[in-house]
Amino acid sequence: MNSSVIIFPGSNCDRDMDVALKKFGFKNKMVWHDDDKLPKSDLIVLPGGFSYGDYLRCGSIAGKSKIIQSVIDYAKSGGLVLGICNGFQILTETGLLKGVLQQNKNIEFICKNVFVKINNSENKFFENIDRDILELHIAHNEGNYFCSEDELKSLEDNNQIAAYYCSSDGKVDDRSNPNGAIKNIAGIFNEKKNILGMMPHPERMIDQSLSGEDGSIFFENLLKNLK
Amino acid sequence: MEVNEKIAVDHGLKLDEYKKICDLLKRVPNLTELGIFSAMWNEHCSYKSSRLHLKKLNTKGKKVIQGPGENAGVIDIGDDDAIVFKIESHNHPSFIEPYQGAATGVGGIMRDVFTMGARPIANLNSIHFGSTQHKKTKNLLRGVVKGIGGYGNCIGVPTIAGQTCFDQSYNGNILVNAMTLGLVNKNKIFYSKAAGINKPVIYVGSKTGRDGIHGASMASAIFDDKIEEKKPTVQVGDPFTEKLLLEACLELMSDKSIIAIQDMGAAGLTSSSIEMASKGNLGIELHLDKVPCREEKMTPYEIMLSESQERMLIVLENGKEDSAKKIFDKWNLDFAVIGKTTNSKNIELYFKKEKVANVPIKFLANEAPMYDRPWKKTKLPQKIKFSNNDFKKLKFNDVIKKIISNPNICSKQWIWEQYDHTVMGDTIQKPGGDAGVVRVHGTKKAVASSVDSSASYCYAHPFTGGKQVVCEAWRNLVSVGAEPIAITNCLNFGNPEKKENMGEFVECIDGINEASKYLNFPVVSGNVSFYNETKDKGIKPTPTIGGVGLIKDYKNLMSMNFKSIGNLVLVIGKTEGILDQSIFAKVILDERKGPPPEINLFNEKNNGETALKLIKEKLALSVHDVSLGGIMIGALKMCIAGSKGIKFNKFKDLINIYQYFFAEDQGRYIIEVDKNNLKKVESILKKSSVHFDLLGEITDKEIIINDELTFTVDKVTEFYKGWLYKYMS
Repeated sequence: MNSSVIIFPGSNCDRDMDVALKKFGFKNKMVWHDDDKLPKSDLIVLPGGFSYGDYLRCGSIAGKSKIIQSVIDYAKSGGLVLGICNGFQILTETGLLKGVLQQNKNIEFICKNVFVKINNSENKFFENIDRDILELHIAHNEGNYFCSEDELKSLEDNNQIAAYYCSSDGKVDDRSNPNGAIKNIAGIFNEKKNILGMMPHPERMIDQSLSGEDGSIFFENLLKNLK
Repeated sequence: MEVNEKIAVDHGLKLDEYKKICDLLKRVPNLTELGIFSAMWNEHCSYKSSRLHLKKLNTKGKKVIQGPGENAGVIDIGDDDAIVFKIESHNHPSFIEPYQGAATGVGGIMRDVFTMGARPIANLNSIHFGSTQHKKTKNLLRGVVKGIGGYGNCIGVPTIAGQTCFDQSYNGNILVNAMTLGLVNKNKIFYSKAAGINKPVIYVGSKTGRDGIHGASMASAIFDDKIEEKKPTVQVGDPFTEKLLLEACLELMSDKSIIAIQDMGAAGLTSSSIEMASKGNLGIELHLDKVPCREEKMTPYEIMLSESQERMLIVLENGKEDSAKKIFDKWNLDFAVIGKTTNSKNIELYFKKEKVANVPIKFLANEAPMYDRPWKKTKLPQKIKFSNNDFKKLKFNDVIKKIISNPNICSKQWIWEQYDHTVMGDTIQKPGGDAGVVRVHGTKKAVASSVDSSASYCYAHPFTGGKQVVCEAWRNLVSVGAEPIAITNCLNFGNPEKKENMGEFVECIDGINEASKYLNFPVVSGNVSFYNETKDKGIKPTPTIGGVGLIKDYKNLMSMNFKSIGNLVLVIGKTEGILDQSIFAKVILDERKGPPPEINLFNEKNNGETALKLIKEKLALSVHDVSLGGIMIGALKMCIAGSKGIKFNKFKDLINIYQYFFAEDQGRYIIEVDKNNLKKVESILKKSSVHFDLLGEITDKEIIINDELTFTVDKVTEFYKGWLYKYMS
C-alpha cells in the first residue's frame, strides 16, 4: 500500500509518522507543502506539529497551502485522508471536517496517555479492529473540539464521531476528558467516513519500549483494511 | 559622538579596562568599536573572572571528541555516532520576562547543538525559584514552564528530564538552565573555526532587530534623545523560525559547502564573527548595510550588538553561494553574503561604503581581561549534635506526609506534562525517572541524561557540594542502567567581586574537578552565570551538572518502579545517619546548619559500578539512588512509581529510626531483588566489598513500618502528586 505524508514548514511528527507507516508495511513518500501534485497514494496523512508556526490560528495557513487543493480533490474523490493532531486542525480549517479545535480548557499544553473508545468501526480506518478501547498519547495545546449544536446533531445522526476520550474501562465522562472537548470527542469523520481527524497520536505508541503499543493495533488494522 | 570615560563606564567597562582599550588601539575607539569591546570584554563573553579557574577542570577522556571551547561538547558513543551536548543559563532575562526569557534560553542552547551539525534529540532543564510563599514565585514558575514548553514543543524535540527547586535565596534571581543533546555522525561535525582567505561570510535566519541590545548597562547617552526607539532588552523567541533554521542548516550540512558555522547568541554578530575569525587566526570584513534588518535606520552599532534570535553566521566555500541560497529560499529564510574572510587579522566593518570600525581581533579575544579575583575559603561547619529529645515529639506519619509533599521533593508532573516528552518517538524513560532516556534512532543504543544541583550542600561547604553534584549526576545515570560518560556544567553564582562569592565559585570548581577526575566523568562543555544578585543579596552557589551516559542495548533500561509483590528490597551503601543539611533537618527540625554529607569517592565509584553489574546481570529488578529525603523518600518513590507497598524490616539499628530513614548519606542505591537471587546478589556485593542492608519486602499496597501500617501507596501518591497541582491551581 502506498501512503504519503505531507510536510509543512513546522511539521514535527512527519518523521514519526513515516517510521510508523513503514514499520507496518506501507510504502511511504514524503510530500513537500509547496508541491502541487500528490504521488499515487492509498492514504494521505497530515501529520502533527506546528505548521507555519500555527500563527493566526492552528492549521489555518496550512489550510491555504499549495498542496492542500490536491488533498481536497483527493478526499472529495473518496481517497483516504488521516489528520493527526495539527493534521486534524488543518482538516477543520479546510472545511473537510466540521468544527474547530480550541485551546485546552486548562489553558496548558498537555502531554500524556489517554484512553479512547472507538465509536464507529464501519469504515476503512477501524473496520475489524479487535479492541474498542485504545490507550493512545496526546500532546497538544489546542485539542478542545467544539462545534455548533446543529453540527453536533448531524455528526451524531450520521455516526461521524470516530472516538471519545474515556476511562481505562470505557466510561465516557468529565474525568476522562483531558482538554474540555465537547462530548469528549477525540476524533471525527466526514460524512463519507473517508476522512478521519483525531488528536491522539497512534504513531507514538508503536512498541512496548515507548509509552505503549496500542498505536500498532490501529496501523496493522488499517493496512489490513486497505489490502 | 565622541567616546569618553563616562560612555565607557555606561557600557559596563571599568576605567582601567577603558584605558587598556585606548592603549591597545593607540587611539580612542569610536562608539561602534567601544560597543564591540564592551560586548567581548563583559563577563558573559570573556569569562574574565572564571577563566583562570575553569582551566583546572578535567576535560579529557577517551570518549571525548570535543571539550569546552566550541559551541558544545562532543562525546563518542560508538559506531560513528556522537552526542553533542551543553547546558546554558538564561537567568536574568527569565526573571524580567519569564516566558520569553525561558523560551529563548531553550532556543539558544538548541542552536549551539545544531550549529555543530547535530540534530537535537532531547532537551532538559534545571529551574530554581524563590520560596513558594514569595508573591512572584507562582507567576514566574508558570511563565518559565510555558516558555520552555512553548519553544521545545514547537520545534519538536522532547523534553525528557529536569529539576525544579525552591529556596528563598532565589527570590530575586531565578535560575533557568537549559540543556540540549544532539546526535551527529562523528565524521560530520561542524566547528566554528574559519579557514581560508576571501571566503564568503553568510548571514542566515531571522532579520536583525533592535531587541536585546546591551541590556541593563545600555548607554543612556545614546537613548536619551531617542527614547521612543528603546525596546525591551529581553529577546523575543520565534520557535517556528528556529525549526526552519534547523532543517535548513542540516540540509546545507549534508554536503561539503560549510567551512565554519557559529550561531549568533550573546553579543550577536559581534561575538560570532570575531570568534570564527579568532579561531582561524584570520581577519574578517563585514558590510553591515547587507545585513537583513527588521527595522529601519539601524546603525552599525545596533546591528553589531543586536541579540535578535534565530540567526547564524556561516563561512562558505567559494562558489557554493547559489546552491546554499536555494536551500534557505526553500525554507523561507533570509540569506545574505555580508562579507569575507581576510588576511588582515582585523575586524573591519563597512557601512554605506564608509569604514566604521577597524580593530585587531586579538585585542578583542586574546587580550580580553582576565582577573585573579580575591576569594575566601569556606570553613567546614561543625556537625550538629542531634539528641533523642529532638525526635521525641515527632509522629512518623506526620513526618512522612510533610516531607513527601515538600515542594523540593514532590512530583513535578504538573510541569512535565506541559512539555512534549514523546515527540520523535524514541523516549523510553520519560520525566519522573532518575534520568531521561531516548533511543539513538534506528539503533539498539540509548542515551540517558539527567540534570542536578544541590545548592544547600554547596552553600554549607562549596568543596563538598561541588563533589556531591557530580556524584549525584553519576548515580542518576547508573540508576537507569547507563554507563556515565561525561558532564556539562552551568555555574550559577553571585557577585565574583565579593570574595565570599568568588570563594564559593573556586571551591565548587575544585570539588567538581575532584569528583570528575576520580569517576572519569570529564566536563566537555558549560557556561558561567555570575552576578545572580539583587540588592546585595546573592543566590546560594548553584553549580548545575548535566550528565550523559550510554545504554548499549535499550532493552536493558532500568527503572525505579517496584515490579513484583514478595520481592526483596536492599539498600546498597552504608547508612551512618547523617542528618546535617538534610531535608528532614530543615523541614522537620528547622535546623539549617551543619556540614553537607561527606563524599567518599572510592565508595561512590565502587557502589555505582556494582549496581551497574547487578543491572547487567539482570539481578536488580528496579533501582533508584538515595538522595533528598533519604531511604524513606527513595523507597516511597519506588512504591509510587510501581503502585506497590513495602513492609520495612523491623528496625534494630543503633541509630535513631529517623536518622536511619531520613539521613542523606551519599553513594547509596535502593534495589529490588527476586528472593531466589538473594544469595547471588549478596555474594556479588560482598565480593565487591559493598555494604548493604536488607530493607524489606514489596507488598500489594501497604507501607508498613515496625509492623504498623502507616499509609497505603494510594494515600502517599496523593501527598506526592497533589501538592504542586494544588499550589498552581
